[in-house]
Amino acid sequence: MESPFRLNTQFFTETGDIARFALRFFKELFKRRQEYEEFLRQCFWVGYKSLPLVGITAFIMGLVLTIQSRPTLVEFGAESLLPQMVSVSLIREISPVITALICAGKVGSGMGAELGSMKVTEQIDAMDVSGTNPFRYLIVTRVVATTMMLPILSSLSNAISLYGGYLGVNIRGEVSWHLYWTQVFNALSFGDVIPSLIKTFFFGFTIGLVGCYKGYNSKKGTEGVGRSANSAVVVSSLLVFIVDLIAVQISDLLGLT
Amino acid sequence: MSDPVIKVEKLNKSFGANHVLRDFSVSLAKGETLAVLGKSGSGKSVLIKCIINLIEKDEGEIIVLGNDVSEMSQEELDSLRTRVGFLFQSNALYDSMTVRENLEFPLRRHWTKDQRERTAEGAVMEVLTDVGLAHTADMMPEELSGGMRKRIALARTLILRPAIILYDEPTTGLDPVTAREISHLIVKVQKKYDTSSIVISHDMHCINTTANRVVMLIDGRCYADDTYANLQQSTDPKIKEFFD
Repeated sequence: MESPFRLNTQFFTETGDIARFALRFFKELFKRRQEYEEFLRQCFWVGYKSLPLVGITAFIMGLVLTIQSRPTLVEFGAESLLPQMVSVSLIREISPVITALICAGKVGSGMGAELGSMKVTEQIDAMDVSGTNPFRYLIVTRVVATTMMLPILSSLSNAISLYGGYLGVNIRGEVSWHLYWTQVFNALSFGDVIPSLIKTFFFGFTIGLVGCYKGYNSKKGTEGVGRSANSAVVVSSLLVFIVDLIAVQISDLLGLT
Repeated sequence: MSDPVIKVEKLNKSFGANHVLRDFSVSLAKGETLAVLGKSGSGKSVLIKCIINLIEKDEGEIIVLGNDVSEMSQEELDSLRTRVGFLFQSNALYDSMTVRENLEFPLRRHWTKDQRERTAEGAVMEVLTDVGLAHTADMMPEELSGGMRKRIALARTLILRPAIILYDEPTTGLDPVTAREISHLIVKVQKKYDTSSIVISHDMHCINTTANRVVMLIDGRCYADDTYANLQQSTDPKIKEFFD
């Protein structure tokens, strides 16, 4: 069993390595000759290819949250507040976090495994010797694509989950399409939507950065590739919650809650 | 005599306590094929990776085509790397790309878009024909056999018409017949493209077929430097064990 001292050392070493990796990302980001074609390919892969999974999950999430919340609100005679309650919960917290966790699972592990496999089969070295900067080609494009796509996915997830909420409201009760959306938009303010949108940029950046870091620094053959994919998901999921916590504290300090 | 295209002087490289290269010196003349022979783990691959600066040396001097690689900026190094091809032991083909895309990949960085549109197709087909695999352009690497992948990797190395090619164990993992074919292919492209080469190998047939000169890397040092025929006659037990 590893000693706590060793684990602490490993933790701080890895934190330092990730910080250096992030620093290198920002250095490379502002250089000329960016890889736009690869960036668009990654946007397609991260955004479009994740959409079905994000969409289905969002729909179920909205539906289930509405069905589960109804009995409690009925108990207090506040059934009419169901659209407001569901919309605020979904937009402020549930939808962005669930979208980020799905992307951490799908995109983060995919990046960890893909880059890890490229590393152990010397494909990254091959890029280097062909005069292509692999960091700019592989890492910058992926991290930027994830950072840009997460807010879009999260916005779509918001819309789909609210639609799921509409169906959930109408399973037991009867609320018209127009009334439902009026209640939803009346309940929401910019203070709900904007901070939640901004934090998804940070979620995307975290998922992309951790996925790429784990894959790019993969070691020990095929076993290392599996480990990279796995730890990319674990670490980025954990960081999503930490970023969320920080974002909520900042919103609170700025009086946006 | 002209300046060597590669000159390595007193190269030292260690990984922790493991001293892989100790004051290793070697040079490669223009048009020459030099084989580096040594046991597995003796530092042969480390040597050629240091030459192309994929691995940073600890001490010593490495001059490639008149440039000190450790003094070069990334841009200068990228430019130098277009003139030095590297054939990886594992082939390192991009498995998410077709053969054609694999071959076009080095061009995208060094040719203009206009150049690529006009001449890329011709360049790709020429190198594919040279390695005898013109029909595989639209195939994926996973659809190819080990020998075919090696040929495609060689074609990708040739597409930028390098002045030097570094071969990292080009016949490892291949059956004897395919290994012989690859050795003869190396000689063929060497003649056509007029390259200087370093071949890292412990395949004696490959070394005999391709090399003008053989350097033996033992305990991190240059133990012997001679022709294949002379080394074969040696009575030194450390050299003899490679030929027995």
